[in-house]
Amino acid sequence: MRIVVPVKQVPATDAVTMDPETGTMVRSAAASVINPLDLYALEAALRLRDSSGDGDVVALTMGPPPAEAVLREAVSLGCDRGILLSDTRFGGADTWATSRVLAAAIERLKPIDLVITGERATDGDTAQVGPGIAAWLDIPLATYVAHVTGVDGAAATVTVERLVEDGYQIVRLSTPALLTVVKEIAPLRLPTLDGVMRARRAEFERWGAVDLAVPAEELGLKGSPTRVVNIATPQVTREGETIDAGDEAGVAQAAVRIADLLEDAGVVR
Amino acid sequence: MSFVWTIAEHHAGRLREVALEVLGRGRPLADALGTRLAAVVIGHGITEQDTGRLIAHGADEVYVVDDPRLADFRCESYSGVLAHLIRTWSPEIVLAAATTSGRTLMPHLAIRVHAGLTADCTELAIEPDTGNLLQTRPAIGGNIMATIKTPRHRPQMATVRPHASRPPQPDPDRSGRVIAVPMDTQLEACLDDRTQVLGYRTDAADFANLEDADVVVTGGRGLKRKENFALLEELASRLGGEIGATREAVDRGWIGYPHQVGLSGKTISPRVYIGAGASGSIQHLAGIKTSERIVSINLDPDAPLHRVADVAVVGDLFEVVPALIAELDRRRGAARSGD
Ligand SMILES: Cc1cc2nc3c(=O)[nH]c(=O)nc-3n(C[C@H](O)[C@H](O)[C@H](O)COP(=O)(O)OP(=O)(O)OC[C@H]3O[C@@H](n4cnc5c(N)ncnc54)[C@H](O)[C@@H]3O)c2cc1C
Ligand SMILES: Nc1ncnc2c1ncn2[C@@H]1O[C@H](COP(=O)(O)O)[C@@H](O)[C@H]1O
Repeated sequence: MRIVVPVKQVPATDAVTMDPETGTMVRSAAASVINPLDLYALEAALRLRDSSGDGDVVALTMGPPPAEAVLREAVSLGCDRGILLSDTRFGGADTWATSRVLAAAIERLKPIDLVITGERATDGDTAQVGPGIAAWLDIPLATYVAHVTGVDGAAATVTVERLVEDGYQIVRLSTPALLTVVKEIAPLRLPTLDGVMRARRAEFERWGAVDLAVPAEELGLKGSPTRVVNIATPQVTREGETIDAGDEAGVAQAAVRIADLLEDAGVVR
Repeated sequence: MSFVWTIAEHHAGRLREVALEVLGRGRPLADALGTRLAAVVIGHGITEQDTGRLIAHGADEVYVVDDPRLADFRCESYSGVLAHLIRTWSPEIVLAAATTSGRTLMPHLAIRVHAGLTADCTELAIEPDTGNLLQTRPAIGGNIMATIKTPRHRPQMATVRPHASRPPQPDPDRSGRVIAVPMDTQLEACLDDRTQVLGYRTDAADFANLEDADVVVTGGRGLKRKENFALLEELASRLGGEIGATREAVDRGWIGYPHQVGLSGKTISPRVYIGAGASGSIQHLAGIKTSERIVSINLDPDAPLHRVADVAVVGDLFEVVPALIAELDRRRGAARSGD
């Protein structure tokens, strides 16, 4: 079975601190990592490949050349192949144009059985690219997948549980299909020594606009319907009250103040 | 005449409250544009009472697509039906709630109709000169607010964060038109059987609907033991609230992943968030920034959660939470005897 996993490079949240004055994020420009939620997509793919006994997992990333680092990480975890989608014309893409390019690359990797993406990228936080790819490829989609409960190769179906607001929705999709997965899918593995060695030696194919045959007007900023017109840094507006509950009187005062706030919010039963 | 459309969620035979909230977000936009506001309901068993509620909450028109094959949310079929309706009626704006189904359906649909989409907006407004929709959303863990517009493509699509606003007051005297969309051959062709819904599992012992809760009481590593979540449950039960948890608490196996709040868990906007023994790491704050009010209970005066709290209690949660429960019970008792 062939599983494709699109992974994104994002700024490292560990490398981020809070500016105590403005309450905003201060990040070091250099530190980038694989989107932490994409590790769960890779994990799910590797497990499915291993239990099926054959096949390969292909990691894809669209980004500038340094994004190759996330492919190396994917290989160190056990991916078989990585492809970098990089072209200056891809720059400035919104989720429409991003999913366009990723879908075109997946077309080239056909026949495929599954595409597995992270739930969302922790920088843009849109969760739009996975469903977008499914729409472009016109394959069935299940988002927020918490468990894969069955893979039936003969019938070409996959059965999953989606984590939704009021429980799990159990759905069966015909494959090829696209899944976006949440953290509950499986605990993560660590890179193996063998994987790290392979990753160090790995060379990655690089595909650009000409390889993907996407019309220029559908690429990058030009192909993006949305435009960011303003970025504002919200000031921390909460003028909180601090209560020292270090002694009995303080504890009592805290209880009264919180109870007041709860009553004021109209949430006390 | 252009329209503002809202997607009204109807699941398991019930209209969802969130449908009314989205109407509340659409009403001022329709007024600013001088156009009509519509609700589109897709599902099965949609009643006159449902359409009546949508009208009372601001819809001028309600499009109803009712079919047994649409009883459950299936992205491809819903997206197919909506794409067809959008091509037929050409709305200017389409809004949906940023629920699990809204955040699945809308990006899929945006590709099908070649539209721009902004996720999880907290503010929407009409730009006076152009009539474009200004869509504002938190990005990078809530640390910046980005305003986005879609100048050339129609419709302009956005999902809005649930609970970021109250549903409007219903007006039972409002009138509106209900349009029953017939299941003709074109709509039939939009149904897609490659996805089959086999059922639901809602009995899961460790399940939490944090997204819809008015109050979320969250515990972190400061709770020290799995059993101590019972204390938070006691508090939450008096507030009709749900239990949230930090990643530390989840990773220690104290509570299940559906409770995790933050960057790699759920994003919530309750009326009140109470954090007890949670430090307020940047990843955790990313999930709670749009809470209406924040209460923090933590021994450490420098805990980052205190900094974003409306009431920051520097103290021991094992003293403060029981005292709070007692205070709530005392007030309830007093209110009873006062009746
Ligand atoms: C990529 C990534 C994603 C992440 N995603 C998430 C996420 O989604 N959600 C999340 O929560 N975290 C997430 N984290 C983890 C995050 O960085 C923190 O480690 C975590 O939030 C800390 O949890 P905590 O507040 O329970 O623990 P701690 O930071 O250890 O805080 C415990 C607090 O309890 C207080 N305390 C102790 N005893 C008491 C007492 N008796 N009374 C009152 N207070 C007491 C202490 O003063 C301390 O402040 C993520 C991290 C990474 C790198
Ligand atoms: N530039 C990219 N390259 C590869 N995969 C991506 C890219 N952007 C998004 N994805 C995938 O789409 C998922 C959702 O991202 P987003 O819609 O940006 O929140 C991520 O978890 C990745 O799996």
